[in-house]
Amino acid sequence: MTPPALQARTEGLVTAELTVAAGEVVAVVGPNGAGKSTLLRALAGLPGPARAAVAIDGEPVGTRPPHLRRVGYVPQDGALFPHLSAARNVAYGLRGRGLSRREQRAAAHDWLTRLGLGELAARRPGQLSGGQQQRVALARALAPEPRLLLLDEPLAALDVETRAAVRHTLRSHLGPYDGVCLIVTHDPVDALSLAGRMLVVESGVIVQDASAAEVTRAPRSAWVARMLGLNAYEGDGTDDGVRLADGHVLVGADPAPRGRVLVTVHPDHVTLYRDPPGGTARNAWHGTITEVTGTGTRLRVAVHGSDGPDVVAEVTAAAAAELGLGEGLGVWIGVKATGVGLTAL
Amino acid sequence: MPRVRVPVLLWVPALAGLAFVVMPLVGLLVRAPWESVPERLGDPAVRTALRLSLQCSFGALGISMVLGVPLAWLFARVEFPGKSLLRALVLLPLVLPPVVGGVALLLAFGRRGLLGPWLESMGIQLTFSMTGAMLAGAFVALPFLVLSVEGAIAGLDRKYEETAATLGAGPLRVFTTVTLPLIAPGLAAGAALAWARALGEFGATITFAGNLPGETQTLPLAVYLMLQDDPDTAVAVSLLLLVVSVVVLVALRGRWLSPARGKAPKGGRL
Repeated sequence: MTPPALQARTEGLVTAELTVAAGEVVAVVGPNGAGKSTLLRALAGLPGPARAAVAIDGEPVGTRPPHLRRVGYVPQDGALFPHLSAARNVAYGLRGRGLSRREQRAAAHDWLTRLGLGELAARRPGQLSGGQQQRVALARALAPEPRLLLLDEPLAALDVETRAAVRHTLRSHLGPYDGVCLIVTHDPVDALSLAGRMLVVESGVIVQDASAAEVTRAPRSAWVARMLGLNAYEGDGTDDGVRLADGHVLVGADPAPRGRVLVTVHPDHVTLYRDPPGGTARNAWHGTITEVTGTGTRLRVAVHGSDGPDVVAEVTAAAAAELGLGEGLGVWIGVKATGVGLTAL
Repeated sequence: MPRVRVPVLLWVPALAGLAFVVMPLVGLLVRAPWESVPERLGDPAVRTALRLSLQCSFGALGISMVLGVPLAWLFARVEFPGKSLLRALVLLPLVLPPVVGGVALLLAFGRRGLLGPWLESMGIQLTFSMTGAMLAGAFVALPFLVLSVEGAIAGLDRKYEETAATLGAGPLRVFTTVTLPLIAPGLAAGAALAWARALGEFGATITFAGNLPGETQTLPLAVYLMLQDDPDTAVAVSLLLLVVSVVVLVALRGRWLSPARGKAPKGGRL
């Protein structure tokens, strides 16, 4: 049986255990300061508040310094060497593998061409746009054919349009890549479009490690649920339902599990009324509209709860007009029990 | 914005301070024997002293670089017990009277010094030699180089060196291909300061290397002697040294007061 491509156990500020198969792309998501970058640095063997025992293809490399690990690492802004041309940046990692200088140069040009940067080979990083720099950084990391590729927020510093282009580049080059790739991101769109698997990190602990589909269906952390656009609340399971920190109780269709429970409500399942709702909605409370956003036929309405939690509702423009929804208006909030997702934490 | 009213108690001494610094320079320029300067500088004795000075200052710079750059790297990047004490010791020549430095060099490397017998057994004599003059220069110049380079390395974002390491470069390759090129401006500034300091060194040189014409008599020593029997030539040589200083200062410009600005050039940013 072949060993997994990556096996890792970290300790220190981040404690995680991780097994990843060859060719798998894993998105590492979580709020700022959760320890995502720390995890990546530990895997690369760089100094930081966490250390990792790492085995790549069954071979332990945890005690080796970074330059002997065959790990590709791209820090947040790419960190291209400002004094070297794009081609020489890419060729940097090709030394010491039995290639002549000419072959190294040729391989570097090859990579740049593959990423659509062939004509820019002679440019210095300062003469490249942000998106181009990020692609050169990717080419540089991929060129030495690392078994483990670590990308720290590769899209965070880019504007929206460039972002889409670089995301596309990443997707098309990570597909055929047969090593393990970990991408840190705080953008759910990036995570879902680039990775098949999501590792949710919060306060230095992995709170969920599952397929992207599973995380979207049943998030196990309020942070991820909110990133995915859901209303999310943490509370304690009781006989009556889930009691939130403010004392409000939310009821689901199924009995609430005991212990800490994550309650998720899709904004679609939140109904707004001008008058107290009748019997259908088991969860009802009162609030004031703070913001109405959105375009086209659907609007997102943020409501500050007065005797219940804050909530975001999605309503059709027609319904909004009918109800006369606007900022500052007092409304009743109704959530059917069937619209309440309960996950034991 | 309202104009700041400068109190008399401040601007009078400030102007006096300015005059105090400028007047000697004016004196030098006014009294310089302008028409005979080229001829005086061409004098064989002056040319010999000039050659020795260049040899000595560049030698001192070389020694400072070889010893100072690794030292600066150590101070900027490695944490170890007693670091602040060691750092203070290396910077001590900045404030130490140069003559004391010369005496200390004698007691360490002189014939009767701590390492004297050992050096002698290897056939090395440093006192009263050009090598000794270079050492004396390096002793006083080293702190300038270390301060400048340390600031540059400390200001360098580690992401470049770390990324280089993940690309398979060992520490030495990282240092020569990434660190050194990125701190080049800071290194150049430190080198210029160190060289200028070594060029002007008087006390440590005369104490440790002596004042042998054609051997260790550099320009500053020559100027001092010439003042007695050929003041005009002394002034001409002083003028030359002044020009060199101004050139160094102009070359340094903004870096002069803030050695920590030797950061990575922008460009790696998005």
